Amino acid sequence: MIRSLRRVTPQLVTLMVLAALVSWFFPTFLQIEMSDGRLVGPVIDILKRGAPVAILAVGMTLVVATGGIDLSVGTVMAITGAVAASALVSGWGVPMALLLACGAGVIAGLWNGCLVAVLGIQPIVATLILMTAGRGIAQLITEGRILTFTDTGFSWLGSGSLLGIPVPTLLWLLTAVLVAALMRRTALGLLIEAVGINQRASALAGVNARGLIVVVYMASGLCAALAGIIATADIRGADANNAGLWLELDAILAVVIGGNSLLGGRFSIAAAVLGAMIIQTINTGILLAGFPSEYNLVIKAVLVLAILMIQSPHLANEWALIRMQAARRRAAREQEG
Amino acid sequence: MNPRTFPLLATIAIFLVAYAVCSAQYPTILSTRVAGNLLTDNAYLGITAVGMTLVILSGGIDLSVGSVIAFSGVFISVLLRDTGLHPLVVFALLLVVTTAFGAAMGGLIDWLAMPPFIVTLAGMFLARGVAYMLTIDSVPITHDFYGFLQDAYYVMPGKGRLTFIGVLMLLSVLGGMILAHRTRFGASVFALGGGAATARLMGVRVRRTTVLIYAFSGFMSGLAGIVFSIYTGSGYPLAAVGTELTAIAAVVIGGTLLAGGAGYMFGTLIGVLTMGLIQTYIVFDGTLSSWWTKIVIGILLLAFILLQKGLVQLSNRRQGAA
Repeated sequence: MIRSLRRVTPQLVTLMVLAALVSWFFPTFLQIEMSDGRLVGPVIDILKRGAPVAILAVGMTLVVATGGIDLSVGTVMAITGAVAASALVSGWGVPMALLLACGAGVIAGLWNGCLVAVLGIQPIVATLILMTAGRGIAQLITEGRILTFTDTGFSWLGSGSLLGIPVPTLLWLLTAVLVAALMRRTALGLLIEAVGINQRASALAGVNARGLIVVVYMASGLCAALAGIIATADIRGADANNAGLWLELDAILAVVIGGNSLLGGRFSIAAAVLGAMIIQTINTGILLAGFPSEYNLVIKAVLVLAILMIQSPHLANEWALIRMQAARRRAAREQEG
Repeated sequence: MNPRTFPLLATIAIFLVAYAVCSAQYPTILSTRVAGNLLTDNAYLGITAVGMTLVILSGGIDLSVGSVIAFSGVFISVLLRDTGLHPLVVFALLLVVTTAFGAAMGGLIDWLAMPPFIVTLAGMFLARGVAYMLTIDSVPITHDFYGFLQDAYYVMPGKGRLTFIGVLMLLSVLGGMILAHRTRFGASVFALGGGAATARLMGVRVRRTTVLIYAFSGFMSGLAGIVFSIYTGSGYPLAAVGTELTAIAAVVIGGTLLAGGAGYMFGTLIGVLTMGLIQTYIVFDGTLSSWWTKIVIGILLLAFILLQKGLVQLSNRRQGAA
């Protein structure tokens, strides 16, 4: 427990610093009130609006841990949203819509996974294909229109609340906890890390590397489907052009802020989800603090660069060298003294 | 015959067949008017793709190009609006800025030993963010010199217009071909794409080459930004969203290996024109929706990647047998 807390310390500290910064400009930032039986306040808003990226980040973490990347998640959100909305419009009911949307996400993941694991295409390229073609497919499903629906049962998933907490918040928390438990209470997480560190070596050691890679892309597709359902339910409509647009980049950013190496290997789902919350706090915080939202992207860029510097293997070596020299100098001085 | 030329030949063959099919259905597609528009409409994409080809040949990727194009348009239009500088001076300033920006990204990639993907992703955020900070509106460009550039064209037989920006694109491809295939720097780029460790052992100065590659890509995106501002006559921070992916797709369809180390600059031109042709066909047809463009480009991408994969395996097997 303490060890896993230490792992996410940098992310927690970042979040607290951000919260303090935003409170400086917007004093009621941390205030939470009860209104009409549900909690309201900027923090609750962040927890709700960050849901799609947080859920995408869960799947993306697994893909990144194998040394891959999934550029198609934003597009898959558009496809699954379109599938769910068209099922609702055709009157097939909520369970069928959910099932079809999740199925579409898993199929998209299976496609990506097969391209990467079976055909051996680089992950960036393999998922780029679906990223380009996918929005066309989504538009084919919606026939170029924005499909709107009035089903209150479905829109509850995006804008409803349970015990005062917004449903999207509960969904991303549930997803993160379930996946993290599955990874850490079984050997699955360890095997995925093994594949990410060295695919050949892990395959030689008896790990079904190919199968695992296909499975992580399918998990990423399923997460994208869930995020797509939330986004669609939130606006009560499927917009093939704009649903999930550029969210793949936010999801990758969340994973990187979470301290997960893009080169694969050790991963932490909790840290990635915290990364998603950091991104959303920046987005919301900039608006609340009264800065023009134009600053958003520049701040994100600076943040990415800072994190890259911290993660860089080169700089870590140089830093270790400097510290070693300092220690040696200190030892020499003590000997003299 | 060298199997590495197969993707290039396949690209050219597909383009010719597609053009023949299109012209059989709509004979006017063969006219110089359509050909001239094909060059003009895809000029900025072609110029970006030349820079991207070099980056991909070196085994890297540059996600910042679309944002740099948007930044360029905003930079030009705001400077022209607020100062009395001549557009040519502004162009020179812009190219210095974007080239330095590219060089900085190249330097970071080498210095931090981080994947180009994530470093240029930060560059993508930064360039578009700075564009937003300059203005959030679409700024029209009204300078007389722009009118002159927009009206600069040569009337080909058949009344097709060979515009200034179309010619600039062809010249960029020519320059890129010479740089990639006929210079020492180009050879270093190919070597780097084959593997950084091998390149270093061969005596390639990896840091210098990496910085120069991304500086070149920055320069080309700046040039593409100038062309885009001439084409649209305005600067808008939301312009050219997703151009980086279209450019990457054009490079792959043009037969360049995404893993780096093999490919042809000329193929990229064909890749850009193939994608333009698909769009032109959809416009001519009139009943097909524009989203078919995305699906067809996706299918083409897949086909070329599979073709390349097969070729690499074939040559590996041949090497194993020899």
